[in-house]
Parts: sequence; structure tokens; C-alpha cells
Amino acid sequence: MPPVLVVNVLISGVLAGLVYGLMALGLSVIFGVVRVVNFAHGQMMTVAMYAAVLLFAWLKLDPILAILPVAALFFVLGYALQSSIINPFITRPEHSQFILLVALATIISNVLLMGFGPDARSVQTSYGLNSYAIGQILFDQSRVYAGSAAIACSAALFAFFRFAPTGKAIRACADNYLGAKVVGLNVKHLYALTFGLGAACVAAAGCMIVLLVDVTPDLGSYYTLLAFVIVIVGGLGSMGGALLGGVLIGVSEALAGLFFDPAAKSMFSFALLILVLLFRPQGLLGRRR
Amino acid sequence: MSALRDLLSSLTPLGRALLALMAAALLVLPYVLNSYLLTLAILILYLAYTGQAWNVMMGFCGQLSLGHALYVGLGAYAAAVLYAKFQVGPWAGIWLALALCVVAGAVIGFLAFRFSIAGVYFALLTIAFAEFTRIGFENLSWVGGTGGLFIKVAQRHHIDLLNLRGTPAMFYYVILALAAAAFALSGWLLRSRVGYYWQAIREDEEAAQALGINTFLWKMAAVTISAAMTGVAGVFYAFYYNNLFPGQVFNIEQSIEIILGPIIGGLGTLFGPILGATVITALGEGITNAVNALGFDIPGVKQVFYGVALMCVIMFLPDGIWPPLARKLGLRRKD
Repeated sequence: MPPVLVVNVLISGVLAGLVYGLMALGLSVIFGVVRVVNFAHGQMMTVAMYAAVLLFAWLKLDPILAILPVAALFFVLGYALQSSIINPFITRPEHSQFILLVALATIISNVLLMGFGPDARSVQTSYGLNSYAIGQILFDQSRVYAGSAAIACSAALFAFFRFAPTGKAIRACADNYLGAKVVGLNVKHLYALTFGLGAACVAAAGCMIVLLVDVTPDLGSYYTLLAFVIVIVGGLGSMGGALLGGVLIGVSEALAGLFFDPAAKSMFSFALLILVLLFRPQGLLGRRR
Repeated sequence: MSALRDLLSSLTPLGRALLALMAAALLVLPYVLNSYLLTLAILILYLAYTGQAWNVMMGFCGQLSLGHALYVGLGAYAAAVLYAKFQVGPWAGIWLALALCVVAGAVIGFLAFRFSIAGVYFALLTIAFAEFTRIGFENLSWVGGTGGLFIKVAQRHHIDLLNLRGTPAMFYYVILALAAAAFALSGWLLRSRVGYYWQAIREDEEAAQALGINTFLWKMAAVTISAAMTGVAGVFYAFYYNNLFPGQVFNIEQSIEIILGPIIGGLGTLFGPILGATVITALGEGITNAVNALGFDIPGVKQVFYGVALMCVIMFLPDGIWPPLARKLGLRRKD
């Protein structure tokens, strides 16, 4: 195996992993604050992917630019979803939440199937086959764009939670639900905001990932599972952990595809998940519960 | 036997009459149903059985498994491989299925409980093990990989109970016997010492521990018993469908199907899994037939209706159907 090839595969794994990380960041933020595991996360991702594909087909809008309108739309949808359907379930047991969100996931992926049929759709950008070269090391242009956009979105989210008053208020809800209520925070509104933000994250990630893969209606459950694996590996509720987990999973998928059968790539992700759950159940960067 | 008597005495006379009527009806069903309805009856009993098995772990002991497809798949592959490759019949294969599932359940349970992984994390661990095994089997060419494993289909008129080859009616009585046995076993477990330990753990694990209950041991018992029961369903699955694909039998969809019955019917109750399996199957088939009759059969439309119906049930009946139904109709004696 030539080392240059390995390095190239590593780089493409890292760049794809950043997008995975942003997707998982959405799941992590929602769980960390609302304490609901979004089992429809991957299905929401596929909806965003279709949105990006359609915007490209109709308006020739580059998927990277499509991030803004799609994420804004998803923010509104996520806000509405949390305040209408999910909010009554936050005090219900986990299996109830699970059924609710699995039902939602079923509805989403089958509405997509009804609307778009089972065939794969993709985006053919003008730079789809270009790459930057530094010596023998190649940087696939689509992946560089997607990875940079993922870093930008994650940085914006970090800054929001760190500096914005609303971001601080949301963190207060996550730290102490009762305390947040006592000091007069509108918890229901903040929960809905958080779900909206999580949805916007997954929407942005969906727009980026169409540069790298084709979209089919049944892709949702794969991404849902992938997002779980990433946040557990990185630490559920830890934002840095989600990004780190995303990169790790991206790299492990890329290397597994190179050294073993590409069909077996997610087996390594699940093996990594099982190892992390057993030896560091709070995740690599998570705090001890 | 005394547990069964307890169970009967917990029902009102009306409840007991309905139970007897249902038992009698179940025994003669193959003689009155056409082959389509018989297939549905088999599916309902299969889901009632697996639901009962899952209920032991979640409903009784409070341990949420979202990966029960793992045990169905292991049981199915164990018996099918023995039969297809070594000509060993299912009644011997069942023991390998039981052994594999007990080991798998014990490993998952040991790792999770030893490292105190609970709640959502435990549920995700069970998914991870099921998915890991699914992908493993997809890449295991000795058992067919993604191409699947097939059992030779015998002629459908001859009944060979020893090799589980025969008519749908034979499969109906086999799964009826299994479902009845699971019902009786669950009823006995629920009213035994173990059952009370489990319910204590389910309600408050720390308090149970403070009372001197070995929570690790009894949680392990719940997982392994549930896994073993589910493995037997896998053996039935293999011989009833005659084909196994890792993408189907180990799929998370299979796990979801298993848990829908008990949750919709009533978690932790004995009649819940049976009622839930019936409602879920009737719902799915009703939607299919309605969609076909109205003539807008686009791929996906049934699942959308199914998802909406599921959402409504879980929103408006948080405890499932059985508890409010039993209260309304006065089927259960008040304690």
C-alpha cells in the first residue's frame, strides 16, 4: 500500500468526518438540552439533502450556498416540531419517545419515497471532479468546501453557546432545569429554539454531504445510526466530542474501505462504539455522569 | 399452576369468560380462516410471542432493548445452518439457538451492567450489537452473506412435525403453542419471587439494591431469559419463511416490530403484547387493503399512514390499550 494513497484516503476521511461531526452536533445539542434522543435525525438529514438537490436542479444554487435557506427553513420546522409534537413527550419514558420519533422517521422516509421514487439523485457541480494538489497529496475540491463549511457552521454554533445571551440561557436549562425556571427563563421556548438549532445543524450537514454522496429515500436510518455512533464515541451532550467523533468515524470508514471490504466499513464504527461504551461510557470528551 | 390460578382470579367473571372464548376460538381458527387470514393469524401470534419475550426484559425489569432482532437472527441462523448444512432437525437446532442467544444476552448484559450503562446508553448498546452482527453476517459468505440462506421448501401438504415441514395450519399450531407457553411463563415469572425483584428494580433500582436485591444478577436473568425466548422465535422464523437475509432478520426494523406490540398493548402487562400484536397487524393490513381498494398504491403511502397511526396511539394512549380497556370493560378485578 503506497503511503501517499493512505494519506490521501486519510484526508478525505477527515473532511467527510467534519460533515458527519456537524450532523452529530445537531443530535448532541438536542439530547444535551432537551434530553430527547432524536431517532429521526438521519431522516431529517435526507430531507435536507433532497432540498439541496432540488435547489440545485431548479435554481442552479450551489449546495454550499443552499445551506443558508435550507438551514433557516429547518430551524423553523424544528422549532415547530418541538413545541407541538415533542414537547409533551419530554417527561414521558424513553420508550415512548422512541416510538414517537421512529413513527416520525417512518413518515419522513416514506413521504420522500412517494415524492422522489427509489432512484438515487445527485448534484453535479462544475468542480465535482477537481482537486487541489500539494505535491502528491490531493485535496478533493468538493470535500474541501464541505469540510470548511462544516468547520464554519460548528464555529458559529460554539460562539453562539459561548457568548450569546440566548445561548447561555439554553446552557442554563441544560445544567439545571428547575433553576432555569426559577430565574424566569421560558424553558419551553428555549427547548424549541434548541431543537431548531439542532435541525439547522443537520440541514447544513445535509447540504454539504450531497457534494460527496448520492441521496436515496432510505438513507435516513443509516445516518441516524451513524449520528448515534458519533455522539456516543465523542460524548453525548459534548459539542467538541461530536466533532471529534465525526472525524474519527470518517477516518475509520475511509480506512476500512481502503484496507478491507467497503461494505464492512460501518462494522468498524459499531466496533468502535462498543469499545467506547465499555471502557469510557461517557464518551471520549464527555463528562462523567 | 398456582400462578395460573392467581392470574385467573385476578380477572372478573366477564374477563374469564372472554379469555375462555378466545382460547376456544384460537384452537379452531385454522378450520374457519382462509389462507390469507391464517397467514395474518400466524404473524399476530409470532409478534405476540416475541413481544412477550421482550416484555420480560423491558416490561418487567425496565431494561430497554432496541436490538432484539439480534436474538431472532442468531436463533434463526443457528437452526437454519444446522438443518441446511448438516441435516440436523429444528428440535435439536433449538438448543444451539438457545445457547447462542443466552451467551449473546449474557455478554451484552454483563458488559452493560458491569460498567453501569443504563437508559438510553443501554438501548443504543443493544442497537450497536445487533447492527454489528448484521453487518458481520452480511460479510460471512459461509452462511450466504447478503445473498441469504435458504431452507429447502418441502411440499405443503405433508406434515412433518419433526422437521417443521408442513402446512400453514401446522405452523399455526406450533406458534400458538409457543405463544401460549410464553404467556404462561410470563404469568408465572411475574408472580414469582424473581418477578417481584424485577418489578422492584424497574421502579427504583437503588431502592431495590438497598433492600438487598442483587440487581446485577436479576437483570442478567431478565436479559438471558428474554434472549432465549426470542431465539426460539428465530427458529420458527427460519422454518416458516425458509429464507434468511441478514438485512431483514437482524434489521432494526425487526427490533422495532417486536417492541411495538407490547408498547401499544400495554407495557409490563400479560395481555398487552397479545392485544398490541393484534392491533398492530390489523392496522397494517387494514391500511394496505384500504389503500389498494382506493387505488392509490404509490410505494411508501402505507408506511406513511402506519406512521401517523402509530404516532396517534402513542400520543393519546401513553399506557397502551390494555390497561384502559380492562378498566372500562371491567375485565380485571380491582386489588
